[in-house]
Amino acid sequence: MDVLSLSRWQFAITTTYHFLFVPLTLGLSIFLALLETCYVKTQRPEWKKHCRGLIQFFSTIFLINFGMGIVTGIVQEFHFGMNWSEYSRFMGDIFGAPLALEALSAFFLESTFLGLWVFGWKRLSPKLHCACIWIVALASNLSAFWILVANSFMQHPVGYILRNGRAEMTDFFALITNPYAIFQFTHTLFACIATSGCLLLAICAYKVLQRGPAMAVFRQCLMGAAVFTVIGLLGAMGSGHLQAQYVAQVQPMKLAAMEALWESADPAPFTAVALIDTDKQENTFAIDVPNMLSFMVHNRPSGEVKGIKELQDLSVQQYGAGNYVPAVTGLFWSFRIMLAAGGILLLLALATVWMLRKEKNCPYLLWLLILSLPLPFIANTTGWFITEAGRQPWIVVGLQKTMEAFSPVLAPGEVLMTLVGYTLVYLFLALAALYAALRYIRKTPARLEDWRDA
Amino acid sequence: MDLNILWFILITILFAGFFLLEGFDYGVGMIAPLLGNDETERRLMLRTILPVWDGNEVWMITAGGALFAAFPHVYATMFSAFYMALFLLLCALIFRGAGLELRNRLDRESWHTFWDWSICFGSAVPAVLWGVAVTNLLAGLPINGHMLYIGRFIDLLTPYTLLGGITFLLLFTFHGTAFLTLRLDHSPLDQRLQTLGRRSGLAALLALAAYALMTVGKTDFLQHPLAVILLVLTALLFLGSWIAYWRQKIRPSFILSSLTIVMATAAIFAGLFPRIMVSNLQPEWSLTIYNAASSPYTLTVMSIAAACLVPVILLYQGWTYWIFRKRITEKDLEHY
Ligand code: HDD
Ligand code: HEM
Ligand code: HEM
Repeated sequence: MDVLSLSRWQFAITTTYHFLFVPLTLGLSIFLALLETCYVKTQRPEWKKHCRGLIQFFSTIFLINFGMGIVTGIVQEFHFGMNWSEYSRFMGDIFGAPLALEALSAFFLESTFLGLWVFGWKRLSPKLHCACIWIVALASNLSAFWILVANSFMQHPVGYILRNGRAEMTDFFALITNPYAIFQFTHTLFACIATSGCLLLAICAYKVLQRGPAMAVFRQCLMGAAVFTVIGLLGAMGSGHLQAQYVAQVQPMKLAAMEALWESADPAPFTAVALIDTDKQENTFAIDVPNMLSFMVHNRPSGEVKGIKELQDLSVQQYGAGNYVPAVTGLFWSFRIMLAAGGILLLLALATVWMLRKEKNCPYLLWLLILSLPLPFIANTTGWFITEAGRQPWIVVGLQKTMEAFSPVLAPGEVLMTLVGYTLVYLFLALAALYAALRYIRKTPARLEDWRDA
Repeated sequence: MDLNILWFILITILFAGFFLLEGFDYGVGMIAPLLGNDETERRLMLRTILPVWDGNEVWMITAGGALFAAFPHVYATMFSAFYMALFLLLCALIFRGAGLELRNRLDRESWHTFWDWSICFGSAVPAVLWGVAVTNLLAGLPINGHMLYIGRFIDLLTPYTLLGGITFLLLFTFHGTAFLTLRLDHSPLDQRLQTLGRRSGLAALLALAAYALMTVGKTDFLQHPLAVILLVLTALLFLGSWIAYWRQKIRPSFILSSLTIVMATAAIFAGLFPRIMVSNLQPEWSLTIYNAASSPYTLTVMSIAAACLVPVILLYQGWTYWIFRKRITEKDLEHY
């Protein structure tokens, strides 16, 4: 394989891995902040003790995850210079700024105040201590905003001019108010809330099934987690819809590929499932819902949606000869997997709310909550696959192609070595972290009173 | 003063902060499994850096990010040139960070031992690699007219650059020892720390002297009077730090070793100025703060942001050290 393909694989693997931990950091920090606010505000001693115990319990899981987020994040920070040097030269002006701002405005806050939070129980007043976790939550989400600003420029460039063969920033404000970034941030934030909500549901379900003395507390917590998850999922669905409409405007090729829509159509149907033949550029079999795609894109039952073939011709006119069609089959199915995962999870979370409201006990449902834990991670990964693979062949849409972006000084052997190296190291790390977390979840706490008041 | 110079100074400050803070983190990480005889002692030593190591590491991340924002060509050329070295660095940092976060999660001896050695190697390897990297910047690299590095990985390792790596390693060991002596309260480790501090201090002093001489011989340092002055100051400060340690004046010793590291960083960057990466093929192919910089607009935006944020960061990081100023004793291990 050549340096380009190896670098792409390496980037995809390391970022996807980083993004297994990121959603949990973003969502759990918010949940822990809410929990500690309860702990500080509540007047009922019983509640106070429960909140304190739950914070102690979940903070360990949060910290293991956070550590993994840090060590995989550093790799990402170095990645652009190491493997994508020509991209860094071309984009440095615009891309470096949000990355540096992310470190200055978010990473410093996040890491410093997390240290204070973990080791400051006895040194800070309860209110100040609670403020620390809120700062961690805000800073984490701020860091997400900055990196998504950078990513959004690659999807939809704004506030720049081309000068000396580079993209130079001309309007910082336009960069940070890029509508693409606003949509992407909202969608990601809600998706992350949903993801961490699902993790909380699975853990609480396990603890309830385990029937320890703390079972009642975890049953209470199950309610909070279910509401958290429902909010996340509904938010992700609503914002995902808006984002898809925006994608239809600025990246019509991505939308057409997601829908495997080869020919332009008015009104356009939504294809639920299809057998796709990318060579012949047609679907050999499809189940359509008439008018539905037009409705999703235009909010009315008619209206044109452009197809892949027409968009390919338009791109050739605009950018010169070349293939501008991304990986249709992968995009089509990724999108459906994300939607299905969201739907299933929403049903499960609503069922949990119902179960708790009716004061019933359904062990099957609890087991389903545990078994469905991979779903949000699958939804996140397929979501990113749509976003990133859907902009190919471009690395920065309309400005630079992926094949012009890699580091020319590297030898394939070197990249192969690092690709294998990262994969093995990450695999080992995943096993170690998972082992520590699972053991911790299984063993603690035997009784609520055992939780040390640290 | 133009913005390019301002950013050169800011990046110097970020690297100085990084070496100063991570210097003792790396030092403690290396020392802990070597000096600690039992679980309590090792845990005690690591406990001194647990609340702060990530905040310190962010100095490195910020230095990288600032390089990317202000001098993208340097970021692109340097990181792809040092590809394999950085890969090793990242692996080391991964094992170190994972070790610090995972070590205390399980009570099992083999688990502790494994992560202790991960932390040890994960601290030693970056210390050496950063020394090698910085020395390579000073020595010059085969960079062609398109700002591309045309050497191989092995070319980065010469006696001079390796000496740089060893100097960093010894300096950080001493710095970490001084930090531990300062932060631990009447621990059974005191005696062993004293011995280590004296010996590693002497070794670092000798390495530093050799490194300074070789730098003057191997590079065009003599054409930068300011750099030479800073280099001499570095050596003097470190001598002072070592003597203070001998006399059991630990606080002054730690302050002086911190100043040594800051001064050394300043000397190195002053020796480079106005270049950041020196080409040893053609002087005009070097990457300077002008031909490698972002547009003036980006530099302006980033200057405003840095002016607002950096003082605040210094305030709250300083405040953290104030909150955790009490020396660590065995009682502090309980709630972990
Ligand atoms: C939507 C959110 C998001 C996305 C897309 C990314 N990250 Fe990330 N990153 C975070 C959200 C985040 C976080 C939530 O802030 C983390 C995760 C866990 C943590 O410790 O902070 C983090 C950690 C983290 C760290 C360590 C910070 C520390 O030491 O405290 C670095 C250097 C990066 N990231 C850099 C990157 C780069 C260069 C990315 C681009 C590919 C990237 N991240 C994608
Ligand atoms: C954390 C969430 C992210 C995930 C899971 C993700 C996933 C992916 C995947 C799967 C690819 C490979 C696409 C392909 O080769 O077909 C890719 C490529 C890439 N992405 Fe992302 N991405 C994420 C965030 C980002 C961000 C935040 C940026 C930039 C700020 C970014 C920049 C890139 C670059 C430079 C490439 C390599 C070029 C390419 O192959 O397209 N990604 N990413
Ligand atoms: C069910 C309704 C949903 C719709 C209509 C939807 C829509 C979309 C669209 C169109 C994209 C691609 C945007 C682009 O190319 O830039 C996307 C990306 C993404 N989706 Fe969804 N999504 C939904 C549910 C979910 C759920 C439930 C999750 C996770 C729990 C999720 C996680 C993500 C992530 C992480 C990305 C990549 C980041 C981004 O581009 O915002 N989505 N979604």
